[in-house]
Amino acid sequence: MVATLLSAAPSGIPEPFLRAESTLGKFMLMFFAIAFFAAVFGLVLFLASLFKGRTGEKAQGAIFAAPAVLLLAVGLMYPAILTIIQSLRGKSGDGSFSFANYSAMFTQPELLTVLRNTALWVILVPFLATAIGLLYAILIDRARGEAFAKALIFLPMAISMVGASIIWKFVYQYKQTDRPQIGLLNQILKVFGFETRQFLLDAPVNTLMLIIVMVWIQAGFAMTILSAAIKAIPDDIIEAARLDGVYGLRMFRYITLPSIRAALVVVLTTIGIGTLKVFDIVRTMTAGQFETSVVANEFYNQSFRYDAPGLGAAMAVLLFVLVIPIVTYNIVQMRKEA
Amino acid sequence: MALKSTRRSAKVLAALATVSLGLAACGGSDDGGSTDAGKDSGATKIDCAPYKTFGDLKGKTVTVYTTIVAPEDGPHIASYKPFEDCTGVKIKYEGSREMEAQISVRVKGGNAPDIAYLPQPGLLKTLVATGKVIPAPPETEANVDKNMPDWKTYGTVDGKFYAAPLGANVKSYVWYSPTAFKDKGYEVPKTWDDLLKLTDKIATDNPDAKPWCAGIESGDATGWPATDWVEDVMLRTAGPEVYDKWVAHEIPFNDPAVATALAEVGKILKNPKYVNGGQGDVKTIASTSFQDAGLPILDGSCYMHRQASFYSANFPKGTKVAEDGDVWAFYLPAKDESTKPVLGAGEVTAAFRDAPEVKAFQTYLSSTEWATERAKTCGTGGCLTANINVDPELLKNPIDNLSAKTLTDKSATFRFDGSDLMPGAVGAGTFWKGMVNWITGQDDKATLDYIENSWPKS
Repeated sequence: MVATLLSAAPSGIPEPFLRAESTLGKFMLMFFAIAFFAAVFGLVLFLASLFKGRTGEKAQGAIFAAPAVLLLAVGLMYPAILTIIQSLRGKSGDGSFSFANYSAMFTQPELLTVLRNTALWVILVPFLATAIGLLYAILIDRARGEAFAKALIFLPMAISMVGASIIWKFVYQYKQTDRPQIGLLNQILKVFGFETRQFLLDAPVNTLMLIIVMVWIQAGFAMTILSAAIKAIPDDIIEAARLDGVYGLRMFRYITLPSIRAALVVVLTTIGIGTLKVFDIVRTMTAGQFETSVVANEFYNQSFRYDAPGLGAAMAVLLFVLVIPIVTYNIVQMRKEA
Repeated sequence: MALKSTRRSAKVLAALATVSLGLAACGGSDDGGSTDAGKDSGATKIDCAPYKTFGDLKGKTVTVYTTIVAPEDGPHIASYKPFEDCTGVKIKYEGSREMEAQISVRVKGGNAPDIAYLPQPGLLKTLVATGKVIPAPPETEANVDKNMPDWKTYGTVDGKFYAAPLGANVKSYVWYSPTAFKDKGYEVPKTWDDLLKLTDKIATDNPDAKPWCAGIESGDATGWPATDWVEDVMLRTAGPEVYDKWVAHEIPFNDPAVATALAEVGKILKNPKYVNGGQGDVKTIASTSFQDAGLPILDGSCYMHRQASFYSANFPKGTKVAEDGDVWAFYLPAKDESTKPVLGAGEVTAAFRDAPEVKAFQTYLSSTEWATERAKTCGTGGCLTANINVDPELLKNPIDNLSAKTLTDKSATFRFDGSDLMPGAVGAGTFWKGMVNWITGQDDKATLDYIENSWPKS
């Protein structure tokens, strides 16, 4: 019996203790993992304690950083380098080195559409979501029922992207004008005597329709962060400004905006990065059909469906390159604050 | 395509996709159902002799990875019971709607299942290229030679036989309402011209309804029902020989023969007088899910819907699918009654582990015993297999029964779904996409040129 079990198990793992097949095995696995973690931690502490004095500090730092660096190298750097190499080796990712994938990306009409859509997303979503969030935060600041109003716009954040997409797919649902409608938007059109429309079908309006979903989700996030930042503005600054006769728009322009600049940058860049990676919404609502595909969606399709992992890798690299400036800017800003 | 038949709802699919990706990331092998559940179902006793030659297999496990998910997976799992009783092998079943995308990842990552049911021979070709697919044992090959000789070629790559065919379906069907046809005095058409005449007559007679309804939305596989249309018509306008050349790319995709077929399809699908019953204009074909597309037949807003045998599962509970029932299907007629081309599809079983228990199970799946058991344990239908030695009368579901007779009909010329045979980049990529663009307004020539240009150059 033991022998047959062993044959089905990956070699080297003792049976049945460290296999997640039985409850006992699962617990053993958990304890083993905790013990392993403790052992590594102890080893790091022990090694670090061997170095003393000023010169020893550097060595200590290196030892403390080593596990994290090692894991990053294995889990992040290695796959990243592999992806870059794959993107340079033709459509299948294992041919001879060339820039064919990159030239395809910037010349094939349907891939150009993908790039255009991604640009639309990255420009519109962060600014719209932040603008709406900021406006809302200011309007409800110190108003009655603030907590309730905040919860209202924050709620979509609690819904997963796929969930939100399914909800909005219903909102956009199309039926012929003379038939009973199930889509909210088309029912509204019908009530006002307009023809119902296929919101998810007609390019390029359909991309905007998808963008609305993302803005709907992200506006709550922007509002929360910005509202906290507005509340953090010291009262004396505001009082001083009031004494100088600053009110309304000028108050916003010269006091509020400069004071929450750091928070604004964080919100814009965070949403920007999230938008570059957008995949769930597009995949759920149109699956990238009708000219709505974006880079992350096309990367998945090329890699896993169209048997072109090289082209997929090139898409991933492009995404990586696009994210770098945003992340760099974000870090530089954080350094400035600190 | 078996996958197509299991796509119940594009919306649920999308949600499940995320879940299944997450599960796959967690190591995968534990989310499959064990076959122990159906222990007391009183399975048939079969002759165990063919499996003795593989040695003592007691206590071994074989993992199976498929696109067949609940509720269709239950009857499938039940059909393994006689084999498990014979050999003591445990079959671990894992079904996922994301299987086609995930199988390559798992094979390349060294985490391949023992056996995968591939819904497209084109996918088999791709996987064989990785060098990880194990050729079928001689016992399996002998079964295939005996039980599904015509289908052997779909499991063969470069002259080597790898994968035995499994399930099958017939695609050349037009769903209709027998009562509606009777009330209006319409006859089931016998030739393509009759079909077009009937279409026009229905359009003139019924200003409130349309003769045809269609829908090609299917998540990220959107477009495939339209490729079936083109393939079916191509078989009728150009004939099976030209069809084979087209599938093998011996004639270009934008060849005049293909253009003729596409134009013929366009006569129906792109004519606003003929489509899209119950949904709206021509463009709604692109956004109507294939599951919903044929339902307007039931409320009379549409008269005909071309879709495969597996579509019967999409009609709501209580709908009688039979010749004298609420809905039934007629054979999509050929040019004249002298020829009978039939379009169909199915899965093939590829093995990734070289072990006696895997070989034994492959052999069982290609046997008449399995196909018989499959027909007996069949749940809601869709239990047709590629095996020609099974008594069609065992298939209780009327459309399965009809399909089995169509498949074994000596006068019929069977052809496998062309898009499933083409390279994945075309058959599961640009052909689908091209058809979506065609429905939403692109002209014939631009569509065919686009697909032709995407054919992988090697």
